[in-house]
Amino acid sequence: MGSFLGYRRADGRVGVRNHVVVFNVAGEIGPLVRRLGEAAPGVVPVVHPHGYAQFPEDREQTLRALAGNAANPNVAAALFIGLGDERDFAEEAAERARALGQRAAALTVRGEGGAGALFARAVEWLKEALAEAEGVPRVTASTAELIVGLECGGSDGWSGITANPALGVASDLIVADGGTVILSETTEAIGAEHILAARAVSKKVAEEFLALIEAYETRMKAEGSDYRKGNPSPGNIRGGLTTLDEKSLGCIKKAGSTPLTEVIAYAERPTQKGFVFMDSPGYDVDSVTGMVAGGAQVVVFTTGRGSPTGSPIAPVIKVGTNSRLYERMPEHIDVNAGVILDGKGTLASVGEEIYRVIHETASGKKCASERHGHAEFAIWRLAESV
Amino acid sequence: MREERVRVAESPARARAIMLDPRDTVAVLIEDAGAGARIVLQGDGSAGGPADLIAAEAIPYGHKVAVRPMEAGDPVIKYGEKMGIARARIDVGRHVHVHNVRGLNTEERSVSARG
Repeated sequence: MGSFLGYRRADGRVGVRNHVVVFNVAGEIGPLVRRLGEAAPGVVPVVHPHGYAQFPEDREQTLRALAGNAANPNVAAALFIGLGDERDFAEEAAERARALGQRAAALTVRGEGGAGALFARAVEWLKEALAEAEGVPRVTASTAELIVGLECGGSDGWSGITANPALGVASDLIVADGGTVILSETTEAIGAEHILAARAVSKKVAEEFLALIEAYETRMKAEGSDYRKGNPSPGNIRGGLTTLDEKSLGCIKKAGSTPLTEVIAYAERPTQKGFVFMDSPGYDVDSVTGMVAGGAQVVVFTTGRGSPTGSPIAPVIKVGTNSRLYERMPEHIDVNAGVILDGKGTLASVGEEIYRVIHETASGKKCASERHGHAEFAIWRLAESV
Repeated sequence: MREERVRVAESPARARAIMLDPRDTVAVLIEDAGAGARIVLQGDGSAGGPADLIAAEAIPYGHKVAVRPMEAGDPVIKYGEKMGIARARIDVGRHVHVHNVRGLNTEERSVSARG
């Protein structure tokens, strides 16, 4: 049974980082939030372009993603900045974060009587929160309290041979310890849905999963795109991939071999432990943001061509698929799964190394994406702006 | 992988392939194999599995070679899972790809999902 040193929060959950975070809830005040990060050193500003002018389903998804990221246990306290008109949802976001167990507040430009007054109040709030967060010690916590997000981006022909199945070995070790792994990217599971459905703990979970795949494919077809007809792509076939089943298997192998315990919506928090599937697009930044909103304290990300993607809230550990990438871009790789091709390692040995790096990172060691300041953040959009 | 390709092209008589799961009927070449090349199996699935084999035809790296014979209609197994169905008999050492394998159809998928 593994353990790590983390920050135990008031609601009992354990963080691996101790951030004080400030979010904008309207695109108009993104730059102001960025300046708040400069005025209160140590604060993490999370800036995004999403605002009020959205269809209801997108407004709901944006709120859920913002509140979820704010309530991730890696966050000690969160502040939402809004404009303060009748559509403003800064207070609603803070309320939702509080309902998820977080210390959170909201301030608005109109509520404070202008951007200048708001800025001063916000800096005061953030500095106080920072001082309070400093007093929280790291304590021993069990791997059973970890939620690990699984992601791939910039995949190559070796992703399905080295990094993804090695990550699957690590996923099985985390689940054996009583922990949780989240697999996302619904598009990437198309073609292997029957294999994941067969792994579901119940008929209900299997049906929920298959319904998710069908709904995603229906939306894609409505936009004129048939995923099954376009995959494997001509480039995939030249590289040696024969069927869509094979391509998707290479992707879902990140989640190892344990039963599928739950299917959750984008940015939703799991209620079960073990292997959980989250609905999300294949775009890595949207997907990582969703899993962190779901409470993932750590993300492990496999890449064949090199990807800088990080998160402002959670460390994103990179596993490279080949040694050439590791030699060319060491700044983007934490674990080199290319040793499997070189005959110097096995899926089992690299899987154990990933498991060890997850625990070291959880205990405070900075991973490559953190050392280089990569902190991408994007929320999955379903429709256009209105 | 460019450097490796150059080296292999000079010596196509031996190539390594990875077998991911002991149940697999295919292995993935990690070096180009010329026709007649000895294919050396490595990877987590290779221990106690099929012996090294001879490439029946040239197979590029990243592509699959049959490590167990498959009849037409047999499943093609990779990762210990069904990744397709053989469309014709495939002997050990043959290239396994779109010319002799098809994907599962909707019915085969739903049967598998019901377990």
